[in-house]
Amino acid sequence: MTSRRSFLKVTSAAGGGLMIGAYLGPLGDVATLSAATAFEPNVWVKITPDNKARIMLSMLELGQGVMTAMPMLLAEELDLDWNDITTEWAPADPRYGNPNFGGAQLTAGSNSTRGMWKVLRGAGATARAMLVTAAAQTWSVPENQITTDKGEVIHQSSERRMKYGALVDTASTLPVPKNVPMKEPKAFKLLGTPLARLDIPEKVNGKAQFGIDVKRPGMLVARIVRPATFGGKILSFDDAKTKAVPGVRQVVKVSSGVAVVADGYWAADKGAKALVVKEDPGPLANLSSEAILKQYAEIANKPGNVARNDGDADKAIAGAAKTYERVFELPFLAHAPMEPMNCTAEVTADRCDVWVSTQGQTASQGAAVAASGLPASKVFVHTQYVGGGFGRRGEADFVTDAVETAKAVGKPVKVIWSREDDIHHDFYRPITYMKLQAAFDAGNNPIAWKQRIVQQSLQKRLSGNLNASKGIDFISVDGAADLPYAIPNIRVEYQESDPGVPYGFWRSVGNSATGYVTEAFIDEMAATAKKDPYEFRRALLAKQPRHLAVLDMVADKAGWKTAVPAGRARGIVVHKAFDTFVGVVAEVSVNNAQVVRVHKLTCVVDCGWIVNPDTIKAQMEGGLLFGLTAALKGEITIRNGRAVQSTFADYPPIRHNEAPQIDVYIVPSTENPGGIGEPSTAPIAGAVANAVFAATGKRVYKLPIKPEMLKANQTA
Amino acid sequence: MIALEVNGKKYEVDAAPDMPLLWVIRENLGLTGTKFGCGLGQCGACTVHLDGVAVRSCLTPLSTVGGKKVTTIEGLSPNSNHPLQTAWIAEQVPQCGYCQSGQIMNAAALLAKNPKPSDAEIDTAMTGNICRCGTYQRIHRAIKRAAGVRA
Repeated sequence: MTSRRSFLKVTSAAGGGLMIGAYLGPLGDVATLSAATAFEPNVWVKITPDNKARIMLSMLELGQGVMTAMPMLLAEELDLDWNDITTEWAPADPRYGNPNFGGAQLTAGSNSTRGMWKVLRGAGATARAMLVTAAAQTWSVPENQITTDKGEVIHQSSERRMKYGALVDTASTLPVPKNVPMKEPKAFKLLGTPLARLDIPEKVNGKAQFGIDVKRPGMLVARIVRPATFGGKILSFDDAKTKAVPGVRQVVKVSSGVAVVADGYWAADKGAKALVVKEDPGPLANLSSEAILKQYAEIANKPGNVARNDGDADKAIAGAAKTYERVFELPFLAHAPMEPMNCTAEVTADRCDVWVSTQGQTASQGAAVAASGLPASKVFVHTQYVGGGFGRRGEADFVTDAVETAKAVGKPVKVIWSREDDIHHDFYRPITYMKLQAAFDAGNNPIAWKQRIVQQSLQKRLSGNLNASKGIDFISVDGAADLPYAIPNIRVEYQESDPGVPYGFWRSVGNSATGYVTEAFIDEMAATAKKDPYEFRRALLAKQPRHLAVLDMVADKAGWKTAVPAGRARGIVVHKAFDTFVGVVAEVSVNNAQVVRVHKLTCVVDCGWIVNPDTIKAQMEGGLLFGLTAALKGEITIRNGRAVQSTFADYPPIRHNEAPQIDVYIVPSTENPGGIGEPSTAPIAGAVANAVFAATGKRVYKLPIKPEMLKANQTA
Repeated sequence: MIALEVNGKKYEVDAAPDMPLLWVIRENLGLTGTKFGCGLGQCGACTVHLDGVAVRSCLTPLSTVGGKKVTTIEGLSPNSNHPLQTAWIAEQVPQCGYCQSGQIMNAAALLAKNPKPSDAEIDTAMTGNICRCGTYQRIHRAIKRAAGVRA
């Protein structure tokens, strides 16, 4: 099935071998320096005689602030004047790969700072060392008497200063040193400061160019009509009415469906709606979410592959004073970024260019190579601002659409998806079934935790099978197999199942399910043990200092020990994801109609040493609301082999009037950086569910939290 | 040819009368600051002003514009210095930024009508504009900053 094309698989098949083969190593060192019109010690930074420092951006700006954060990392070590930096998007080029993705260029997995900080700080430190050497030679003084600050080398005792730009020629003649030491966090000048984001000025006046804004000479615009069902096929089509629409130019078959190509989107859309197609609905025509969950329940009755096994959970459960079992269900979810999927392509006999809002240059190039038939050396990816990614734009199906269409019509083509296309043809967050068991001894102490997870396997999309991990998907069990609570017997099992609905990476990925389920279940265990949910967690986290510090701080900031405002109740969670620890306290009310309203979220984050504190706060805020939409509203229902929902009316996100007050606090830390784009999305549903329990005495076992569910669920 | 005034400039466009203003602005006039988000008036990304009133350009047929003055994000202020644009930067509002033209245009119409809106009035006025990145709290603060009311 075309839509199942994996972004990394495409990469390794179509371009990855070549790319990774040419990958130059973490610092991207350039063997010989170019002539001395500029100092360019590596692929990341170029200093010109006018003192400007051009920094290359390999990670893409999805709104998470990398356009500012990545230069901050390099500028810190190089002691640049922040006002002297300029930035440029890196092309698809293995020298700009992220080591955490084996050298692929992919902005995902909260991996920009985590994957790139050593590379970028190393590149800056190396460049600085060469400028220091150049200054020492110029002034005939020892290198250790030279300091740097704001784009200048300084010799304190002789009161001499020189701009970096004046050293370009000399520095360019020097060998590139290896393993230059980096600064200690306490010496940071830029890192840890709330520098204004570089992309924001052009995002308030309409000048920021997104993929959908690209215009090429002679360009046509297309919308693609796709099979209605997953796994369906368009057998034939009648385009008489489509071609009668003024502005429609061509109707061409592409691998994902039929492209209606027109002068503009309005005509393409009208033409697409007028197209009469005959479809073979394929083998999934009767598939439904209910049927999938029923099948998952049967799977969960049998043992799965063991991801974690502390002690003997089965034995502990058998001999326990008290045990119970709970089932949690989570739906498929669409990403629904504000910018619909789109891509512009221009294909000639010897060249293919694509302009695209993407999370992955490597995958986009790979898809364009496959669709154009041209080698990677002739395929150029021009990345644009991304109007929301959330994992959706790590895929490259929209690149395939555009390249195939442009190739077929022989003109530049921009393919634009409608909102309905976007919601009907996503790679959804997988539907999830989890069965958990808890056991307590006679003293009401927790003695066993058993968790069985059934979910489609993202790991399998990446590596083809789960043989190397013995049937375990590390992405599915992330946030569960690393349960931090000190319970003597823990068993976490996983079983893969694939009903055929396209599935993909959705902000916080496996943690989007495990963060909720583990924190909702531990909360119920606290109630069983007749303990305060905060104190119960505290006692079980004695050996987890970072979890504990975040938990203590969020309880303190939220006033956990103080009275809740009348009519409200609080829920607490703590969860680690992407090397970052997040604690949340949600303050909610539930009205007589059982509608949940979230009034306030207090969030504490420990993500290691800080790059940009305001960006961290913004990502916590955004991640929480993304997860809150899923907690209260988000649901893609499969019926008759297709997604029932189509627009923001039936797949509604949280809106302005529903957004709670959010207070974010950052834990000072010298640990290496964790990610910030995704970690707060994971535990928010748990915080809300636990607050709903505090308000109503009713547990939430199924997302989204609907009033009718709370009405039906009368017992705790 | 249909006559149109956008951001103080007069245009003659060759487009069907039922074509939504959104696509005329974006494709015929090349003003791409106004965004397509849903085409159904559900998200507000396409918000522009017609004689100062916020409308969803995706649902506004070209034929209904007539002599009304169209203002897009590009025409909101001469130097990107509308109090809301300044406040948007001060509060570091945008993340991906895609919805923000619509958010700002909607907020500008609100402030033009109601220069000192209450929290509830801001909530009501801004509810039609979706932001998937979750910048609502900063949008709210920026509107209050621009209005000069206590944040």
